[in-house]
Amino acid sequence: MVISEKQDEICETNQDQLIQKLVFPEGITLESGKIIAPLEIAYQTYGQLSEFKDNAILICHALTGDQYVAGIHPVTKKPGWWSKMVGSGLPIDTDKYFVICTNVLGSCMGTTGPRSIREDISQPRCWGAEFPAITIKDMVNTQKILIDYWGIERLFAVIGGSMGGMQALQWAVSYPDQVYSVMPIATSSFHSAQNIAFNEVGRQAIFSDPDWRDGEYWRYGVTPYRGLAVARMMAHITYLSEDALNRKFGRKLQESLKGSSLPIFGDMFQVESYLHYQGSNFVRRFDANSYVTITRAMDWFDLSQTHDGDLVKAFAPVQSRFCVISLSSDWLFPTSRSRVIVQALNRVGAKVSFVEITTDKGHDAFLLEEPNLDLTIQGFLVGIEEQRRLENYAS
Amino acid sequence: MRLDQRCIVEMIKPQSKILDIGCGDGSLIDYLCRDHQCDARGIELDMAYVTQCVGKGLPVIQGNADFDLQHYPTNGFDYVVLSRTLQAVNHPKEVLQQMLRIGRHAIVSFPNFGHWTLRAQLLFKGRMPMTTVWGKYWYETPNIHPCTMTDFVHLCEVEGHRIERWMAIDEQGERAPWRRYVRLANFFGEQALFLLTR
Repeated sequence: MVISEKQDEICETNQDQLIQKLVFPEGITLESGKIIAPLEIAYQTYGQLSEFKDNAILICHALTGDQYVAGIHPVTKKPGWWSKMVGSGLPIDTDKYFVICTNVLGSCMGTTGPRSIREDISQPRCWGAEFPAITIKDMVNTQKILIDYWGIERLFAVIGGSMGGMQALQWAVSYPDQVYSVMPIATSSFHSAQNIAFNEVGRQAIFSDPDWRDGEYWRYGVTPYRGLAVARMMAHITYLSEDALNRKFGRKLQESLKGSSLPIFGDMFQVESYLHYQGSNFVRRFDANSYVTITRAMDWFDLSQTHDGDLVKAFAPVQSRFCVISLSSDWLFPTSRSRVIVQALNRVGAKVSFVEITTDKGHDAFLLEEPNLDLTIQGFLVGIEEQRRLENYAS
Repeated sequence: MRLDQRCIVEMIKPQSKILDIGCGDGSLIDYLCRDHQCDARGIELDMAYVTQCVGKGLPVIQGNADFDLQHYPTNGFDYVVLSRTLQAVNHPKEVLQQMLRIGRHAIVSFPNFGHWTLRAQLLFKGRMPMTTVWGKYWYETPNIHPCTMTDFVHLCEVEGHRIERWMAIDEQGERAPWRRYVRLANFFGEQALFLLTR
C-alpha cells in the first residue's frame, strides 16, 4: 500500500484540536466490496514501541467512544474513557506497553466516517448518508492497516469492552497468528434480537427528528439533535442496572418541585434530568449518521454467520490466549453470552480464562471503579507475559 | 501445596497438558505451569477463587464440573485432575466419564468416608461424622456424594475404568506405603488418590 506524503503528520482540524492521523490514499475495500478512499485513521498512542515491536496492545473502544483512552481528552478536557486502567503504573501499564487506540471506521473523531469529506467524486462533499454500510470486520481491517504500517507483526494483546470486545474477538478470528492474547469484556459473539431492537428504537428516534432530512442534515446546517439525544438516553438506560439507577436516583424529585403540584411537562424526577444531561452532552460530540452506521455494524455482527451458524467453526483457527470477562449485572451483554464464547473456545482447545466480575453497576461497570476488574486485567497480562517468556526460553 | 496435590504432581509427567477441575486457589496449576513445564488450566466454581487465579496470571475459567466438561474436546488433555471435588458434584459417574473422554488419564482424590474414625463416630455417636477433612455439619457441607475407597473401586469396575495407581494418604503425615490392600487402606486412609486410564 502506498502511503501519502501526509503520513504521520499531526493534522489541525477545524476545532483546533490536535489529532494524530494517518492517510492511506488507496483506502480500504469493505466486506461489501465498496471502496473508501482515501482512508484516514485517527489514533492515539501511549508508551513506547519496543525494539522488537512485541509490546503493542490495541485497545478497541465502544460504540460512542473514541481514541482518547488515557490522558486528557482534547475536546471535553476530561480524563480519557479508560484513564483509570491505562497509564503509567496502572493495570495496562504504559511504562511497559505501547498502547494504541484508533477511532473506529465510520465514527466522527477523525477516522473516515459519514462526516468526512468524500474525495472520490468530481465535487468533493461530505459522505453523509451515502457512507457505505460497514461491519465490525471492516473496523478491524482498518486497525490492521495501521498496525501493518508500523511493522507490528504480532499484537501482544487486543482488549475491548462492548463493541470493542466484538472487535477483539474478530481480531482473534481474522488474524489468528497476529494476536498473542485477546481480552473481550462485557461483550458477545453476536448481537441478539434484543440488542438490535434497542438500536432500532434509537435509530427511529433519529429518523423521526424533523431535522434528520434523510440524513442530509449537514447540507442545511442543522442537526437532528433531539432524535440523537433520545437515542442516547434510551441506550444509556441499557448501560446501567436497575440497582445502579435506584441507588443513584431512586424516586427523588427535582429540588424545585418539592411541595408543589404534579407537573405533566418538564423534569419531575432527578433521573429524568440526568438522562437529558446525558443526551444533550452526547449530541455535542457525536454525529447522527455515524450513530446509525455504527449501530448497524453492531447489529450485523455475528462471528458464526460465515460458518453455518457454528461459533466453534468460527473459532477453529484461533491461536490467542483469551481472557473473557463479564459483569454480573450487565443485562445488555449478560454473562450467559460470555459463557457461549468460553464454551466454543473450550471446544477448539483454546487457552481461555473466564471471570464474571460481581458488580451492581451494569454494563458500564467496565468503565468505572472495579478493583476486581483491574486485578483480572493486570493479572492476565502479567501471566501471558510470563508464559511468552517461558515459550521463548523453550524455543 | 496440600499433601494430596503433592502426590498428584508425582503422578504427572512434565510437559503434559492438564485440566484441573475445582482448582481452588490455583496452587496446583501454578506449580505445574511454573515448575513442571506443563500446560495446565483450571475450572473453578467459586468466583472469588477464579478472580484470584486469573489475577495471578493463571488460565482459569469459572465453571461447573457437572455442566462444563462437555464443552471440552475428546483427547484434549493428558491428565484431567479432580481433587477433593468428586464428593461435591451432582453426577460423579458422568463427571468421571467426561474426564476420561477429554483426558487420557484421570486423577481423582477424595476424602475417604470409609476411614475408621468416621465409621466409629457413626457407630458410637449415631451422628454424621466430623473430622478435619469432613469439617462441617451435615446440613452445611457441600459434599453430597461421599464415598469410600471401596465404593470408588467398585464404580471403576462397573464403568470399566482401569486403575493404574492408587494410594491412601493421611492429612498430616506422609503417604503410607504399607497400605497395600484397598480394604486396609479404606480403613486407615484419610484421603484416597487414584490414577485412572480408559
